[in-house]
Amino acid sequence: MNIKTAVVGTAMDRVDGVAKVTGQARYAGEYPQAGLLHGSVVSSTIARGRVLSIDTAQALSVPGVIAVLDHAHRPRISSYDDDYSDADSAEGTPFRPLFNDRVLYSGQPLALVVAQSLELARYAGSLVKVEYLEEPHETDLASVLDKTHPAPAETPAPRGDFTGQFANAAVQVDATYLTANEHHNPMEPHASTVLYQADGSLEIHDKTQGTQNCQDYLHKVFDLPKEKVRVLAAFVGGAFGSGLRPQYQLPLAVMAALHLQRSVRVTLTRQQMFTFGYRPRTQQRLRLGADSQGRLLAIAHDALGQTSRFEDFTEHLVEWSGMLYQCDNVALSYRLAPLDVYTPLDMRAPGAASGMIALECAMDELACAADIDPLELRRRNFAAINGNEGKPYSSKELLACYDQGAQRFGWGNRRPQPRSMRHGQQLVGWGMAGGVWEAMQMKASAKARIDGAGHLTVSSATTDIGTGTYTVMTQIAADAAGARVQDVTFVLGDSSLPTAPLQGGSFTVSSVGSAVRQACLALRSKVLAHARQHYPEVGKAPVEKITFADGYLQAGNHRLALADIVASAPEGFFEVQVEAAPSAKRKPFATATHCAVFVEVQVDEDLGSVKVTRVVSAVAAGRVVNPKTARSQILGGVIWGIGMALHEATQTDHRLGRILNHNLAEYHIPVNADSGEIEVIFVEEHDDIVNELGSKGVGEIGVVGVAAAVANAIYHATGKRVREFPITLDKLL
Amino acid sequence: MSANSPQSGEAHPLRLTINGQARSLQVYPWTTLLDLLREQLDLIGTKKGCDHGQCGACTVLRDGKRVNACLTLAVMCDGADLVTIEGLAKGDELHPLQRAFITHDAFQCGYCTPGQICSAVGLAEEGRACTREAIREQMSGNLCRCGAYSNIIAAVEEALPLMRAKANLQGGPRA
Repeated sequence: MNIKTAVVGTAMDRVDGVAKVTGQARYAGEYPQAGLLHGSVVSSTIARGRVLSIDTAQALSVPGVIAVLDHAHRPRISSYDDDYSDADSAEGTPFRPLFNDRVLYSGQPLALVVAQSLELARYAGSLVKVEYLEEPHETDLASVLDKTHPAPAETPAPRGDFTGQFANAAVQVDATYLTANEHHNPMEPHASTVLYQADGSLEIHDKTQGTQNCQDYLHKVFDLPKEKVRVLAAFVGGAFGSGLRPQYQLPLAVMAALHLQRSVRVTLTRQQMFTFGYRPRTQQRLRLGADSQGRLLAIAHDALGQTSRFEDFTEHLVEWSGMLYQCDNVALSYRLAPLDVYTPLDMRAPGAASGMIALECAMDELACAADIDPLELRRRNFAAINGNEGKPYSSKELLACYDQGAQRFGWGNRRPQPRSMRHGQQLVGWGMAGGVWEAMQMKASAKARIDGAGHLTVSSATTDIGTGTYTVMTQIAADAAGARVQDVTFVLGDSSLPTAPLQGGSFTVSSVGSAVRQACLALRSKVLAHARQHYPEVGKAPVEKITFADGYLQAGNHRLALADIVASAPEGFFEVQVEAAPSAKRKPFATATHCAVFVEVQVDEDLGSVKVTRVVSAVAAGRVVNPKTARSQILGGVIWGIGMALHEATQTDHRLGRILNHNLAEYHIPVNADSGEIEVIFVEEHDDIVNELGSKGVGEIGVVGVAAAVANAIYHATGKRVREFPITLDKLL
Repeated sequence: MSANSPQSGEAHPLRLTINGQARSLQVYPWTTLLDLLREQLDLIGTKKGCDHGQCGACTVLRDGKRVNACLTLAVMCDGADLVTIEGLAKGDELHPLQRAFITHDAFQCGYCTPGQICSAVGLAEEGRACTREAIREQMSGNLCRCGAYSNIIAAVEEALPLMRAKANLQGGPRA
C-alpha cells in the first residue's frame, strides 16, 4: 500500500478556527447550568504559620451564600501524599488544599465561599476573617544561599577533567547569571466547572493539559471511582505548563460539589493566578575554557534554583551545557533552596529557557574574549554526539540553522565591536544564540472509526492548548486513512477517550500523532481487507497497486468510495484502537530539536529603553506537519523569549513574603508594540529514527535561546554585559 | 453593612441593543457588563482575563467604540448599541477580520481572540491606524499570551482596507 502525504506538510487553517473567531469556543469556566453555584477562593495573607480561626459567620449571613468550606468544614479527603501525586509531580509532599491549618505560602487557598452568583461569592469572601499564628518566613533565594541541597535530579556525571582543563585554557569565561520567577499567566484564568449528575457522578470542565491526570487525581484524593469522574477540556485558553498538574481550583470545586451535591464553578482571579506554579528564579554560574581558536576544552554549569519547603521541583537546567557543543571535560551541578513559597512548575521549555540563557550568554562572552565571531565560535564547537549520553543525534541540522538564519538576517554585515552600529539616537545591536530541546515520545493511544458515510472520527484524551492539536491530528489522520480532511473529525479533551500523556514537552505530535497514524493505518487495512473480499476487482489487484487517497480506494482502473466500502460491511463501520510506543530504533540515538536565533535590538542611548526590532529564528524540528501552526508556535516562543529578556519578573516583597505585582499591569508580558519583525525558517531535516512521523515538535524550541540572543544583542549595542534578567532599562543607564 | 454591598442593592431595569437585538433586562448596580454578558446572557465569547482592564480580552463595541466590558458597569449601558464577537458575522459569512484571523493564524488558544477582533473593528472605526507601527501601538491594549502578535498585525493589515471600503460603500462612519 502506498501512503501518500496529501495534507501533512501543508499550511492548513485551524479546524477550530471558526469556533474561536466567532466566540463559540467554550472554555472550562463557560459551561452554564441552571442553579450553578459559584465559588470564590479566600487566600492566605501570610507566608508561613497556622490558621487559628476562620470566622465565616458574616459571610454566611449574606443572603444567597450557600456554604463556606475550609479545613475544618469540608468533605473527607485523603491524607496520603501518594494520593495527591500526579503525572507531573515534584519530589516531596504535594500541596493539599484545605487539608489542615498550616499556611505554607502567601496566597494559599484557605476557604471557598460558595454562593448563588459570582459577585455574591466574591463579596462574601471579603467578609471571611482569618486569624493566624504567624511564623518567620523566607522567600528570597539570595538570602538562603547557605541553605541549599543537591537537586534530586539525574544530572549527568562529570566527564573528563574540568578543573585541570579550565585552569590551563587559553581563554576563560567565569560568569554568573540570574533569572527571575515568572508566572505562566495564560489569558484564561484557571477554572473548573463541576456538573453534579443525578447519579452522583461528576462531569467536569477543567482547564488542564491532561484530562486523565486530573481524573486520576480526583479518584485518589476523594476516593471516587474513576467511572464517576469525567474530565473534559475541549478548549484551553493557553496553559504553557500551568495545566500540567491539577490546580487547586479543581479539588475546591469538587469539594463544594460533593458537599452540596450541586454543580459548582470555581474560577481563579488574575491575582490568584500568581498563587501556584511558576518558572523558578535561578542563579547560574557558567565557566567556559577554550583554546585560542575557541574550541571548548572545559564547561562547568552550576545552577541553583528555588523550590518550596514541601516539594523539590527540578527541571533540566544544566544538561544542555553538556550536550549542545563538543567538549570532553564537563561538570554539571544543580542545587535547590527551599523557601516559604509554592512549588515551581514546568513552564514553556522548562529548564532550557533558563539554563540556555547562561550557556548562550557565556558563549557570547567567550566569543568576545577569544575575538571570534559568535556564530563562528558555535560552528567550531558543533557536536554530532550528545556528550551527556555518548550517543549520536538521530538528526541535528543545527549548522543549516546557523547558515540559513545568518543569511536571512544579514549576519555577515555585523561589525564586531560593541557600540559600532547606530540609528540616530538608537544604539543598534545584533546578537545570536543557539537553542536545543529534547525530542521525546511517550506512550499514547488513539481510536479511529470510519462510518458508512465515509466519515472518519479519531479520538484521544489529549488536549489542544492552542498548539493546533485538533488541526495537525486531522491532517495526520486524513493522510494515514486516505480520507479527505473535511471528512475527518478529531476528538480530544475527554478523560474517557483513549489514554494520552500530558500535553507538554513538545511531545504531543510525536506521541499522539504516532498513535493517530497507526490507528488510521490499521483502519485502512481493515477497509482494504473487506474490500478485497467484497469487490473482486480489488481482490484481484496486486496490493502494491492499491492506493487510498481523498476518500477513495484506487485499484488499477477501479475507484471506490471509502464510504461505499464501509457501508457494504456487515456492521456498517470499522473501528480500531491502538497504543503507540517509542520505537526501539531510538535507543542508540540522542534526539533533539535545535534552533539558531538572530536578534536586532535598538537601545535608546539616553533612556536605556530596549526595542527588539528584528528576529530571525531558524529551526530544525524534523518534518513540519503544518507550517502555519508550527510557525505560530515559534513566533509565540520568540515573544516569550523577548518577555524573558526584557519584561517578565514576579516580584516579591520579602518582608511580607508576598508577591507584589500579581496583575497584568505590573507583571509585564510583551504587548503587540514590543514585537518586532519576526521571521521563522524551518530548515530541512530528515529523521526516520525519532518517530514514524519524523516530526520532533515545536512547542518549546521557539523560546529557547531567544533571551540570550537579546542579551547578546544588547551587549553588542551598548557594550554593557547585563547578567541579571530581565534586562530592564535601569540596568542599562 | 455598607450601602453598596450586594445585600442592599436592587436590580435596575436596563434596555439596550445587543448584536442588533433589543433587550430589556434587570441588572444589579454592581454587575459589570462583562458579567452580564457571560453569566446572565451566556454570551461567553467576551472573555474575562483579568477583570481589571489590563488585558483587553473583554473588549466589546459600545456604540461603535471599543471598551473594556470588565470596567463598564452594566447599568451604565442603558440605551447603548452593543456589539460582541457573536454579532460580527452575518450568518455563515464571517466578518473580514474573522476571516483574516483564520487565514493568518492570528490566534492559538483563542482566548484573547474575540477581544482582539472587536478591538480591531473599533480601531478601524477610529481611523488612526495608518502604519504597521501605529496598528501595533493601538492594538497593544489587547494582550496575547500565545504571542500571536505578528499574525494579528498581518490579519488587521489585510482586513482594514476591506473594512474601510465596506464602510465607504455603506456610507458608514469615517474609517
